[in-house]
Amino acid sequence: MTELRELARRLLSEGTVNAVLGWEEGPRGARPAFVTDAAGADRLIFDPRCVHNLAAYLSPRRPHLKQLGKVAIVLKPCDAKAVAGLIRETQVPRENVVLIGVRCGGVLADPESTEPLSEATVADRCRGCPDREAKLADHLVGTAGPGFPGPSHRAQKVEELAALPADQRWAFWQAEFEKCVRCHACRQVCPMCFCERCLADKTMPRWIESSPHNRGNFAWHVARAMHLAGRCVDCGECERVCPEGLPLGLLTRKVAQVVADRYDFRPTDDPAVPAPVGTYRMDDPQEFIL
Amino acid sequence: MDATPADAANFEPRITAFVCNWCTYTGADLAGTSRLQMASNVRIIRLPCTGRIDPMFITKAFERGADGVIVSGCHPADCHYTAGNYHARRRFAIFRELAGFLGVDPGRITFSWVSASEGAKWRDVVNDTVTRVRALGPFTNFRRMVADPATVSAPSTEVK
Repeated sequence: MTELRELARRLLSEGTVNAVLGWEEGPRGARPAFVTDAAGADRLIFDPRCVHNLAAYLSPRRPHLKQLGKVAIVLKPCDAKAVAGLIRETQVPRENVVLIGVRCGGVLADPESTEPLSEATVADRCRGCPDREAKLADHLVGTAGPGFPGPSHRAQKVEELAALPADQRWAFWQAEFEKCVRCHACRQVCPMCFCERCLADKTMPRWIESSPHNRGNFAWHVARAMHLAGRCVDCGECERVCPEGLPLGLLTRKVAQVVADRYDFRPTDDPAVPAPVGTYRMDDPQEFIL
Repeated sequence: MDATPADAANFEPRITAFVCNWCTYTGADLAGTSRLQMASNVRIIRLPCTGRIDPMFITKAFERGADGVIVSGCHPADCHYTAGNYHARRRFAIFRELAGFLGVDPGRITFSWVSASEGAKWRDVVNDTVTRVRALGPFTNFRRMVADPATVSAPSTEVK
């Protein structure tokens, strides 16, 4: 933590960046923080409560950082994959950000938690996560815990669901989509959802019915999962912020598995690796096409 | 749209086909001018390229009452726009698995490559799909949603 604060202080006092984006102690656990002066660097923390994917603030849809100019951002290895995605899709110029990687051995499921990090309290996505530090980072600080063994509960649930007959799977998802209130928190928090105008907000034609009815809810979650195919970094933020507790990670996970199996692509923090959707190979498998 | 007989014996599947202008549409045209007999359950929507076919089209078709969907375009290496079908192939490979995971029977969606000279193949694709969807029965998943008063919150709007 001292290392992180000293680095932030140096970057701010030398004028390398105008702000450091990290986490601080809030009234209810850890929360995102914008530090704009060297004296404020002591506010910064990193511990297993620092769950939020701060890369979402870099998305050009958000004005937060625009007036700040060059900024530094503190990243867990999974967050760095989101930044790599934004760089890959030319949303963030690499030279405009200083990336501070924190070594990570897993975070809690809940940033407000007061429990220690353990097998029971760790965020599900951290189970089986092989990444301890972001290779993309300009600076690396801290030490990493040992991590947690996989497979994640979500991966197991995806398999369980896939083994069911289609009508039971339909019933499962209908019961889940029924709860969706279409607040679009999943979209707002997603670092990879940066369209200026979202498909869900378009009215001519209206592809996705706006009322929180299962028909529109189905279309919305299909569209979201498709748009994140090969782009989702599995940061789990959509699922965490969902006020109704929809298991959105199951959808992104399923799509990520398809992309991994068919196109041998896994989320990476290397922006030079092309995304699997939007590129192709002449010999892609096509066993499902007559 | 509500006229689809629930009675399985009289069930005539309603199939929506999204086809590319350059190959499959021309192939379907050839099937017609060659007077090939085929099932008349398919409504064709012509698009410039399979690359233009968004998975939302398929979702919408099912939402609006289709019992099955056909997506068809140029064979690999034949695309009028060089690579549209390659992009579509990846997109639909993913969409197909996602739809299956959400509980839509993959048998209701047919993907095929039909070139401008393959009128007979188009006939076979249509007949196969109609037979398959007929066996699966009416796709009532979306209709049930509206019929169930608990899930009705607003009338649907027409696509403009």
